[in-house]
Amino acid sequence: MDSPLSSVVLAQIGPIPITQAVVTTWAIMALLGVGSFLLTRQLALRPSRWQAALELVVATLDSQIVQTSGARPAPYRAFIGTLFLFILVANWSSLVPGIEPPTAQRETDAALALLVFLSVIWFGVRGDGVGGYLRSFAAPNPVMIPLNILQSLTRVFSMFVRLFGNVMSGVFVIGIVASLAGLLVPIPLMALDLLTGLVQAYIFAILAMVFITSTVEDGQFETKEPLSSPIKKDP
Amino acid sequence: MDYLAITSIFCAAFAVSFGAIGPALAEGRAVAAAMDAIARQPEAANTISRTLFVGLAMIETTAIYCLVIALLLLFANPLLA
Repeated sequence: MDSPLSSVVLAQIGPIPITQAVVTTWAIMALLGVGSFLLTRQLALRPSRWQAALELVVATLDSQIVQTSGARPAPYRAFIGTLFLFILVANWSSLVPGIEPPTAQRETDAALALLVFLSVIWFGVRGDGVGGYLRSFAAPNPVMIPLNILQSLTRVFSMFVRLFGNVMSGVFVIGIVASLAGLLVPIPLMALDLLTGLVQAYIFAILAMVFITSTVEDGQFETKEPLSSPIKKDP
Repeated sequence: MDYLAITSIFCAAFAVSFGAIGPALAEGRAVAAAMDAIARQPEAANTISRTLFVGLAMIETTAIYCLVIALLLLFANPLLA
């Protein structure tokens, strides 16, 4: 039984080892990128079948963003949606025989969590300015500054460990059962793994959204209208 | 006898077994409360189950932490290197 913490090196480019997770990640990125380019090339007012399906996905993402944070979805749709779709496809890539999901490796999850950490800073600075972002650490009062700084690091770390642990444990358990019991026995576990993958992708995206909007709201002056005012439809 | 290895294996087993008790009880209570809420107010089932799933995954994380610690002890133990 291979250690779940090790990764398979496929090739070596100079000093950089190319692992299987990297190849799978780039394949997923190419799939999502080329797929969305091809599908959005001919958008029409009267949607085709594919366009209707895509609009359904985008509308669902928007409604989830609005329901969880109360913010206008437009500034966050791209980042949160891409995060969700990438993690979902990565988690479900274990369905293809011989492919291990890249999210079952530490590096991918650490990179995703780092993205969330940076995007909290980015959206915080963009929403409230540098002063507003720094002020968000002093919410609700300045006594909380050390705790808020600590929290901004630990919550990202916990997102990393949560995604890694869930996906990796699914792959690991399936590996153990397959080595013990043979071909068809792990199928119910794989079905459970699909559900776990969906829920984890959803939770990762939602938590990123919650962290971003809480930072943006904390950085605002009290006199400003809160973000959670009645949602306006996007133009 | 390699006491470090034996201790590591026992600690990994303890981490998973005791680490699973708390989340199991907590998830049971959470699901029971959600069922109760859905039975009282079936029209809110969507919101309740969405929140339930997020909550369950958060609770489950504590057990996953224990699993990660156990796997670290078994596969990436710095003491046994």
